[in-house]
Amino acid sequence: MNGGVKKKIVKEIKVNVDKCTGCRACELSCSAFHATPRYGSINPARARIRVFIHERADLYVPVRATNYTPAECSGRQSYIIDKKEYSQCSFCGASCPSRDHFKEPDSGLPLKCDMCEDEPPLSEPLCVQACTFGALVYEETFEEERKGEEEKPEELQTGLESLANRYGHKKVADAVVRMSISRKD
Amino acid sequence: MRYGETGFNLEIDLSLGSIDRVETDPKLTELHLGGQGTADRILWDRVPPEVEPFSPDNVLIFSSGLLVATHVPGANRTVVNTFSSQTNLHAHSLLGGYFGAELKHAGYDKIIIRGKSADLVYLWINNNRVEIRDARHLRGKGCQETAEQIKRDLKSDKIQVAAIGPAGENRVNMASIDHSHSSASRGVGSIMGDKRLKAIAIRGTRDINIASPGELFEMCQNLRKSISENQYVGDWMATDEDDSFHHNNFSWGNARVRRRDFWSQELEERWRNLKYKYMSRQTSCYNCPKVCHNVISFPGRPTFSYKCYGKDTYHMAAFQELDFSFDILGVSQEYGLDSYSTPQVIAFALELYEAGILKDQDFPGMPNDTGQRFFYLLEKIVHREGIGDILANGVSLAAQQIGNGAEAFDHNTIKRFEQLPIKLGRLNPVYFLMLATGEKMAITQIEGSFPQDPLPTREQREEFVKGWVSVPDEKFKKYFLEWEKRDTISNEASCAICDWNEAMHYLDDATGLCGFLSSFRGGQFGGRSAYHIHNMPPLISLATGMKMDEKLLWETFQRNRTLVRALNVRRGMRRIDERPPEDHWAIRDDAYEQRLLDDYYQFKGWNKDGIPTKETLDKLGLDYVGEDFLKRGILNDNEDTSAGPEKKA
Repeated sequence: MNGGVKKKIVKEIKVNVDKCTGCRACELSCSAFHATPRYGSINPARARIRVFIHERADLYVPVRATNYTPAECSGRQSYIIDKKEYSQCSFCGASCPSRDHFKEPDSGLPLKCDMCEDEPPLSEPLCVQACTFGALVYEETFEEERKGEEEKPEELQTGLESLANRYGHKKVADAVVRMSISRKD
Repeated sequence: MRYGETGFNLEIDLSLGSIDRVETDPKLTELHLGGQGTADRILWDRVPPEVEPFSPDNVLIFSSGLLVATHVPGANRTVVNTFSSQTNLHAHSLLGGYFGAELKHAGYDKIIIRGKSADLVYLWINNNRVEIRDARHLRGKGCQETAEQIKRDLKSDKIQVAAIGPAGENRVNMASIDHSHSSASRGVGSIMGDKRLKAIAIRGTRDINIASPGELFEMCQNLRKSISENQYVGDWMATDEDDSFHHNNFSWGNARVRRRDFWSQELEERWRNLKYKYMSRQTSCYNCPKVCHNVISFPGRPTFSYKCYGKDTYHMAAFQELDFSFDILGVSQEYGLDSYSTPQVIAFALELYEAGILKDQDFPGMPNDTGQRFFYLLEKIVHREGIGDILANGVSLAAQQIGNGAEAFDHNTIKRFEQLPIKLGRLNPVYFLMLATGEKMAITQIEGSFPQDPLPTREQREEFVKGWVSVPDEKFKKYFLEWEKRDTISNEASCAICDWNEAMHYLDDATGLCGFLSSFRGGQFGGRSAYHIHNMPPLISLATGMKMDEKLLWETFQRNRTLVRALNVRRGMRRIDERPPEDHWAIRDDAYEQRLLDDYYQFKGWNKDGIPTKETLDKLGLDYVGEDFLKRGILNDNEDTSAGPEKKA
């Protein structure tokens, strides 16, 4: 009954915003890697990683494209971290209608970071390779992933008890009988 | 399909309000590469010598270098060329940051601006959509403030802006054009201000194509790594706080006093603490593995960025300390002023006051403290108020206007441009040639490939030449090995070295490579430049698909350099103008210097007056220049090619 425990690789890019110098080599390299032919053209607007830069406020935040969202957030948050004010958007990787990041400039189709998936796999995503200042560090960690069902009698008991408390024992018992007849197993 | 370059220029006429997108001639890329090289061909074709710098017919060109926006690390320079209101000669300036890359991604290699707007405007370049927009609400705003306002107005943080401050608006000759943490100096801000162009804003989302993708990428991956690890490129003063080099060797005040024992451990410690207390971070230009900008937020002042000697110029001119520079730089950078020449203009004014040539009434309400006087004069100059209106023209023109013996205090300019304040004892002949004949106006734009001074022992010299990859020819190693005393080096060597130093700058300015990785950080300070004559040709070929080798590249340098000479000669420059200041070195020998200049002119293929001969021009494919010179009587039909004293013109 106990399904095999599989290990899942979690790919993480650790971003140190204090080390970012704003060179944007990550953007350039990312766009080049995903071009056709590979490295054949360059266009930071096509990059799956963008660096939010505000020189005078000293904001340098590299952020990776994550998911597409059809609607922007209602309202915004801003964060004051170590006396600097960051907009919530600068940490967000969404391809979002409120801005033109993470969209193909010609078609508007969303861009999503795939960690430079390739065959054979790259040692590190290209943005990490391009960063010579240590602002992007690649790490692979293993997470256990549970496959298959496991018996948890306590859970069953607790679940039934809460149903019984809500509907009464008789109704729960009747329901189980009806289910058994229809399922015939 | 074009590779590397976009193949289009943007033509703006501010008088008519017209905007045109014009395809470029690939032949010109072959002949001049790009950047300053192709820009100067445009200036030759379109701006006759009688055009005054403040005329609407003067042309202001912003060029992205040929390799900018490709994989090549450190290829990010925008070149700004026009004719200068201070020198009346060719003006050449550079800015880094992201501007050049954004211009290319918008689909343009150059922005060519002619005419003059009726009132203050800014240019908004958004890929195919280009607009001339009202900038009256930006009048008087500082450079960074303008950039931030435009980004808010146009609702995008991804826009790159180059702007002038009030100094440029008021046509101050020392005005700069500022973008991000970069600044274009040497006289271009006043022309942009004269045309009433407050700023250029760019957003570009188009592709730049690469001819040999995989090969260029691999070569650049290796370059990125080696540059990152190479301590001999980039700004060593970003991490090394020992600045005895500038403080003990350069001159203080209006290039007057050398303080050989100024630097100390205690001072270094104190200044290191000051820097790190107020520095928020160090930043890079686009696609560069080095970090050169030190970003300082000094209490009560706008945030600014400096690199290298840029932090010293104000306090050395004012006999103060680093905190003074930190205090004033935020103000001056936001005004948009060249931090090399402005302090000298101010020091010059104070000298005239101390000498009694300028009087109390020329400085109404000026404080007594020297530091405060600098702030006072800064305001006067930026707003062209009172004596500031004269000082805003630069030292040479101001001296002429003030008269009364003021000209004697104009002792550190060449061709009316303020030089770096260094007055040494013994002359380095190569430096004599570079200062006399360099036409990018400052020594920093010509020096770099060959060391400034000999190494004391033969063993040290042999060690140095061992890893010296960048030499175009083994003879340069021989010259260095045999060089024992600064002022003792053959004319033959001096000419070849000056030529090589200059070559690398011209190639950087056509390709858009930063001098800190290339022409400026060569033999001087280490001898391990990342870019040199051997690796530039393959990089150019792989990026653009052009056939390129060392010989072709060297010819391109000669062509580009000779064209600049031609531009200046046509505007009246002659041998008589090629004189470093009399007191530039304590020990002079005029006969020797003039013989050296003769030899250099001959080496370059110029006649005795420093004019390129018809033969030289024809050889470089600049026959149209020769024809123009003949028509104007600048050259005669029976001009001989030799600059030797035994022949007569």
